[in-house]
Amino acid sequence: MTAESEFVARDPAAHPPALTPIYKTSVFRAPHRPLLSLQNSLSEVTGPVFGQHELGPLDADLVRNYARDGGAPVGERIIVHGRVLDGGARPLPGVLVEFWQANAAGRYRHRNDNFDAPIDPNFGGCGRCLTDAEGRYAFRTVKPGPYPYRNRINDWRPAHIHFSVFGSGFAQRLITQMYFEGDPLLRHDSILQTVPDPAARERLVALLDLHASVPLHTLAYRWDIVLRGSRSTLFENRLQGN
Amino acid sequence: MIPHDTLGYLPETPSQTAGPYVHIGLIPRQAGFDIFDNTLGEALVGPDTQGTRIRIEGRIFDGTGALVRDALVEIWQADAHGRFNHPADRQTGPRDETFRGWGRTGTDFETGLWSFETIKPGRTAGRSGHSRMAPHITLWLVARGINLGLLTRLYFADEAAANAEDPVLRLVEQPARRSTLIAAHALHEGHPVYTFDIRLQGEGETVFFDA
Repeated sequence: MTAESEFVARDPAAHPPALTPIYKTSVFRAPHRPLLSLQNSLSEVTGPVFGQHELGPLDADLVRNYARDGGAPVGERIIVHGRVLDGGARPLPGVLVEFWQANAAGRYRHRNDNFDAPIDPNFGGCGRCLTDAEGRYAFRTVKPGPYPYRNRINDWRPAHIHFSVFGSGFAQRLITQMYFEGDPLLRHDSILQTVPDPAARERLVALLDLHASVPLHTLAYRWDIVLRGSRSTLFENRLQGN
Repeated sequence: MIPHDTLGYLPETPSQTAGPYVHIGLIPRQAGFDIFDNTLGEALVGPDTQGTRIRIEGRIFDGTGALVRDALVEIWQADAHGRFNHPADRQTGPRDETFRGWGRTGTDFETGLWSFETIKPGRTAGRSGHSRMAPHITLWLVARGINLGLLTRLYFADEAAANAEDPVLRLVEQPARRSTLIAAHALHEGHPVYTFDIRLQGEGETVFFDA
């Protein structure tokens, strides 16, 4: 075990604190004891490696991956794309990115979701892909709708897509949510407000990307994801990882 | 645009809760539908996997003692020889190429139980200069109300000697808190079962790591 493969320490100020009473469910699910600081060992710097053969051909196309008999989901078709980088601005290739979301009416295909918006028979609401050699991911879907949820009596979630990302080591594991530029619900969302730093909240918002849009067909949004960086150490006259 | 600091480093993307419907994307069958041909993380062991078959299982409790029934649990572990299936593991010796070492499941919506059929991991190298790690399995859990995924370790009650010299267990100052990382051992019809309950908050709160 050599030092060059360790990750830099996670900055707690970039993340929501565990206990955020504005988001009420956190109150009894937040650990009260401080986390035990642990230098990385093999258990943290290693993690599962995924291959393209494990994914299906339509996994990154949510417009088609649950559609039946030539049907299509209702809603505004969009492309979401971006890069997965580490804190050293290095692109991370071969990273598994998974995503899930509500349909255009704000309803999840989940046995526990009882919001009275319609289920879309042609929309599953989940997909996955691996980043390419430059760390890029991309998928096609429909824009999710906002929906109410039981927190404060009139709380609404802005349109959002959940992301699950693996890095090269298990200590980089991250689940988060992507929001959409210009959504008026952003400033009212209790869950987005769990991130204390306004600049950090901005980093969860995807920007409209007309350059990546398909003319006369599909709008695009771009959102880049940064995982924890690995340490750069001098190794045989060059910086390891650079 | 992601801002960077004056030295050019990028800040990590903030975490957000996985929400109550994390199953849709990661274990859709539990959400109530089939979509992928291959559900990732379901099976850890195959017929050729080397090592002692074990079951690990447990429940998750919140600060009121209520069961957390909507959590996602992932595990990551070494093979029976103590090797991780990853290029950064440069230990020498035998390795089980059939064993990925990663699993994913959800707590049951009714019983709150999570479980994995896996193998007992071997001892792995510690950091340079440290003693070897006792056999352990890394757990990571997310759920509605958990803003940043929680990382912990499962150690085995029947490995007392190895546990006593484990550099991570020794970091836990209070002996009573060390016991929150030790899974109880039992035999069910001859099959080893280790029970590991997780307490998110309050009395008996599990040790979680900033790793």
